[in-house]
Amino acid sequence: MSGTLVMGVGNILLSDEGVGVRTVLDFERKYALPDTVDVLDGGTAGIELLRHIAGRGLLLMVDAMDTASPPGDITRFTGETLAGRLRTRISPHQLGLSDLLAAAALTGETPAEVVLYGIQPESIEPGLDLSPPVEAARARVVERLAEELRLRGVELPVRTDQKDADEYFWQRRPVPKVISGTEGQKETEP
Amino acid sequence: MRTVENALGLPVPKNAQYIRNMIMGAHAVHDHLVHFYHLCALDWVDIVSALSADPRAAAALAQSLSDWHRNTHEEFKATQQRLQALVDSGQLGIFGSGYWGHPAMKLPPEVNLLAAAHYLQALEYQREINKVVALLGGKTPHIQNVAVGGVANPINLDSPDTLNMERLYHIRTLIDTADEFIKKVALVDVAAVGAFYADWTAHGAGVTNYLSAPDMPMDERGTDFTLPGGYIPAGDVSRFTPIKSFTDEFFEKNVKESIKHAWYEGEWDRHPYEEETVPHYTDFDDSGKYSWVKAPTFKGEPAQVGPLANVLCMYAAGHEPTRKYVTQVLDTVSGLAKTTVGVGALHSTIGRIAGRVVRCAVLNDTLRGQWQALVDNISSGDLSTFNPPEIGSGTYQGFGFHEAPRGILSHWIVIENGAIKNYQAVVPSTWNAGPRNDKDAPGPYEASLVGNPVADPEKPLEVLRTVHSFDPCLACAIHMFDPDNGEIVRVRVQ
Repeated sequence: MSGTLVMGVGNILLSDEGVGVRTVLDFERKYALPDTVDVLDGGTAGIELLRHIAGRGLLLMVDAMDTASPPGDITRFTGETLAGRLRTRISPHQLGLSDLLAAAALTGETPAEVVLYGIQPESIEPGLDLSPPVEAARARVVERLAEELRLRGVELPVRTDQKDADEYFWQRRPVPKVISGTEGQKETEP
Repeated sequence: MRTVENALGLPVPKNAQYIRNMIMGAHAVHDHLVHFYHLCALDWVDIVSALSADPRAAAALAQSLSDWHRNTHEEFKATQQRLQALVDSGQLGIFGSGYWGHPAMKLPPEVNLLAAAHYLQALEYQREINKVVALLGGKTPHIQNVAVGGVANPINLDSPDTLNMERLYHIRTLIDTADEFIKKVALVDVAAVGAFYADWTAHGAGVTNYLSAPDMPMDERGTDFTLPGGYIPAGDVSRFTPIKSFTDEFFEKNVKESIKHAWYEGEWDRHPYEEETVPHYTDFDDSGKYSWVKAPTFKGEPAQVGPLANVLCMYAAGHEPTRKYVTQVLDTVSGLAKTTVGVGALHSTIGRIAGRVVRCAVLNDTLRGQWQALVDNISSGDLSTFNPPEIGSGTYQGFGFHEAPRGILSHWIVIENGAIKNYQAVVPSTWNAGPRNDKDAPGPYEASLVGNPVADPEKPLEVLRTVHSFDPCLACAIHMFDPDNGEIVRVRVQ
């Protein structure tokens, strides 16, 4: 497998914990993606994701991350800083993203480049909604993802066939159309 | 889906049953392989010790156990070099937090190397079989094709966009690829490692009431199953009672959950249809409430669920493939350990691990059967995959069960005037991880840790062995990174 994978991970049932998944789904809805770019809702899956990340040219990940900073803060990790920081120590060899990348290394299929966007959560209580600062960060990270790809020469036109913004059928409610009027503009401002 | 289908009395087309069965089966094969090699083996296999093994001796040993084509000197040498490079880099990665050199690690270096080589190979094979899930489910990790009443897979053997012969043959190839690895590698490894740890057949039995669901329905209403399930009280397989259908009252009437020791409002012991889930956190109080997990019971008693429970029930039901693989593993262990190891040894920590690999072998055989049943049924001209559900006014009540990778999963629903009035899920890890019940009887995790040896309380590897042997479900836990590599959780056991 080659090309780029844009992957969000986390549990959408635990409010801000699901921001990674929400962000990449937004990204997929907003931009017309070329065939070389895939988007994946990684959810809470572990090693099942190995198949999707193996051998990628670029792996762009988004996840909730405790960086001891104010809610909604965005931190970008790459290369060495990423490897050093991806550790969960709830138990030995519990599979997390770090183990996933290590597994890819063991099979000789490490993605050529890995970038992780960590968003500081405010709440990880059960709930489907993001907190206001994290909701705002999500829109900013969508643009950061687009920037990452554009910097690498990928053309990313905004979709003209925009679907309604409901992500899940149980969440259907009126949503302002993106890019129309000041509210839409505000949402997409980096 | 089975829950709502049960409530509505809705039959499911045969094709849909077979497609669902194959998705569930392939996913479970993948899941069992990952658990055995990647989540549990390193409690028993010392990766660092493998570096000092003689790859030639390891290959000779491996060849004496199996004719697997990758049990070669070259393969083992390459594995060792890869591990050495990892250690030299100072980034142990996936192996970073193991208890290497722990006194409870007992395998010779050559066996450690053999297991490490197969650990790496399993990374390849687990994902091949999981492709079946993607091919039938549309997407992984979140499949898209299942719906109340059937599946959303149009079948047309000549169309490139539907489930066709090309896709079916691809699936068949994936099943065959997994088969060789399971039979020639995983089944052999679990016996070989088990033989060196034969003392662990005496630890970790815990609760020996076993509950499992029959699964892989072959008809539209779930009365005929490829894999049997039922209940075994007090570890006595001769007292096995089967669960016979999706509507069997023996299961429906005998499940209850208690919250006497769980952080929910009240102190009741109720049937799932009558339950509620109102969280109410109070302090950790080991004589009062101390867990977020409810305590399920079957016939008023705690029950162990999971692959071992399933294997013992299938064994008790006389299921031939299960008997074949159980016998094969026990014979191999007996030969290597030079002592007779019988079915009784399965009531243990190591038995739970063996049960998982046996079930993996049984499931992969079942996948072939399901594949054939699907192809035969399509060939007979039946292309149906979906019966649309209709929910009228009034009250419906139903339950559905499934033998999931970690054991029996049941969902319970009450529908009133087109809306959900109550919905309860009694999931496998709840059965096993549950706190004490209304009669203060401990659940399987708790019971299995009584008498578990611990050589070094600072490094409680042996506790992990027993807890990991249940394959705890952590998928819905919080996955958040700590940027400072700090210790996130400190668990104190008194």
